[in-house]
Amino acid sequence: MPEHNNSKQPLLTVTDLKQHFPIETGFIFKKQIGAVRAVDGISFSVYPGETLGIVGESGCGKSTTVRSIAQLYKPTSGSVWFNGLDLVNAPQDKLLIARKEMQMIFQDPYASLNPRMTVRQIISEPLTIYSNRNMLDPPMGKQEIEGEVEELMERVGLNRLFKNRYPHEFSGGQRQRIGIARALALNPKIILADEPVSALDVSIQSQILNLLSELQKERGLTYLFIAHDLAVIEYISTRVAVMYLGKIVELSASGELYHNPLHPYTKALLSAAPIPDPEIERKRKRIILSGDVPSPNKVHKGCYFYERCPNRMDHCATNIPPMKKISDNHEVACWLYQ
Amino acid sequence: MNKKTPKSYENMLEVKNLKTYFLTDAGIVKAVDGISFSLRQGETLGIVGESGCGKSVTNLSIMRLIPSPPGKIVDGQIIFEGTDILALPENELRNIRGNKISMVFQDPMTSLNPFLRISTQMIETIRIHQDISKKEALAKSIEMLKLVGIPAAEERIFNYPHQFSGGMRQRVMIAMALSCEAKILIADEPTTALDVTIQAQILELIQKLSKKLNTSVILITHDLGVVAGMCENVCVMYAGKIVEKAKTDDLYKQPAHPYTFGLIQSVPRLDKAKDGKLFSIEGQPPNVIDLPPCCPFHPRCHKVMDICRNQYPPTVDLGNSHEVSCWLYAEHKELADA
Repeated sequence: MPEHNNSKQPLLTVTDLKQHFPIETGFIFKKQIGAVRAVDGISFSVYPGETLGIVGESGCGKSTTVRSIAQLYKPTSGSVWFNGLDLVNAPQDKLLIARKEMQMIFQDPYASLNPRMTVRQIISEPLTIYSNRNMLDPPMGKQEIEGEVEELMERVGLNRLFKNRYPHEFSGGQRQRIGIARALALNPKIILADEPVSALDVSIQSQILNLLSELQKERGLTYLFIAHDLAVIEYISTRVAVMYLGKIVELSASGELYHNPLHPYTKALLSAAPIPDPEIERKRKRIILSGDVPSPNKVHKGCYFYERCPNRMDHCATNIPPMKKISDNHEVACWLYQ
Repeated sequence: MNKKTPKSYENMLEVKNLKTYFLTDAGIVKAVDGISFSLRQGETLGIVGESGCGKSVTNLSIMRLIPSPPGKIVDGQIIFEGTDILALPENELRNIRGNKISMVFQDPMTSLNPFLRISTQMIETIRIHQDISKKEALAKSIEMLKLVGIPAAEERIFNYPHQFSGGMRQRVMIAMALSCEAKILIADEPTTALDVTIQAQILELIQKLSKKLNTSVILITHDLGVVAGMCENVCVMYAGKIVEKAKTDDLYKQPAHPYTFGLIQSVPRLDKAKDGKLFSIEGQPPNVIDLPPCCPFHPRCHKVMDICRNQYPPTVDLGNSHEVSCWLYAEHKELADA
């Protein structure tokens, strides 16, 4: 259901974002000897009300992308425009306002909650922070915050009587619900969800996915959703970006991506994802990629996927393919389609 | 029972009414509570279930690796080639463990010793079980590494584990597990820590090798897609019990137990169009401490009946070696008796 049209203004625009982490040597006189190119020049826009899914293998820079957008890392270069504000160059106070509209859900429900805080403290913390700075609109008193916390807990499917419990008393799925309630507390416009379901069991995973899509309908939320599971991404997203080694190789509407994958990497990724049906599994032909993902420290002259690509050509070794629009909502970076 | 007839057993491994309990301060955890299954030569058996359902404990029990205390195998038989493993003394057990039955663990990062070269670790394994010189053992290790597809095995064997990637390390683990020509390979979530493209490589490798060496495989996983592509028979576990056992095709076509049905339905599917909400099994997995003698799934079951709350269902044979433990299929007579 790609309902975004070009007349709508994007909520978030990322242009040529690069995030390099320096590799240093020496003890006192540090010298930079290279860089981990975690994100290496990516551009995309997210429109209000849609879910943009980012999929890729570990180390491809999915999480770094989200963290750079939230300004948890200062990007090496490139720009991030959110809601009419340039986040990269925004002063701290402006950033604080922007972050109110931009919340995160993390992957590990065990590590992302402070074990020494009660659920009530965890969910109310964002509200208290903004309330202390008089930045809540409308302003909220202690009582109102308390009420809001209870309401949020009920909404995400937690019993409000549990508000004085600590995170260790909850199961993984319930903790993820706490994380979602915390993200919702400030009533944000966009939620950056970094693998929110990959640590959960199958039956719990579907509960959380359903909860997230209900919340999206109710509150008109926009999601930037990261996962390594293609089926999950396909289910939740309106558009999907496939990342490989810090670059977006394909960006398309989610149904389109499955039925008409263009990039050889997307094809391999789709064919490697197991489908829970023995008959289909037996008939399917797998594209098995040889080798591992190369190190992100390397400076590439050609296509980043060259070493593992089954369709590589001589041209690919020395030229980096640019993103090309194939149809209205399908873009691919591959020399096969230029 | 200890007849020494060489080879040709109908079942390589037969587990009968295995019960493994953990005695904790909070109560008795019935991690595995009376399960039975058998494994033919060359067969691949899948054990599926969510975290905490007792999959891994089952397999640790087969290897007799349950830490005791607090764990204890309280009842049952594990018959391997006509001998009951549970009755063997420790020194005879060593002849089976790692030699005839070997294991590949979930996390390839922690199951290799980081201080020792791969060569040292592989030679050690081989020489414990076979009376050959170090040189021969080294040659054999290199051969095994080549078999699992490690490039430049002659050089790589002298590397340390950290010099290998995750997928490579899992290959090394498989090479080690198969280096003594094990009859049974227990793979405990062998691909959970790996990316999909690497997962496809490893699964193909296990499949290829088990055919070539005629090894039986027990594949433990939570991923229904992996089972669909790999296994001939599947056991579905819930709260320490096998709730359904069937041929893979039957299980996916006609899941009998409501839990199996829910599990298959709640996975988002790549090949199906998304139509609104995902099916989800509500609620949380049960706490297995001091479970009451009722169906442990009843609080989450969408077809719950009165009797489910009072009594554990009998195991019903639906024909074509499809067994299920659910009151829905119990004969009327049993219902009347109960």
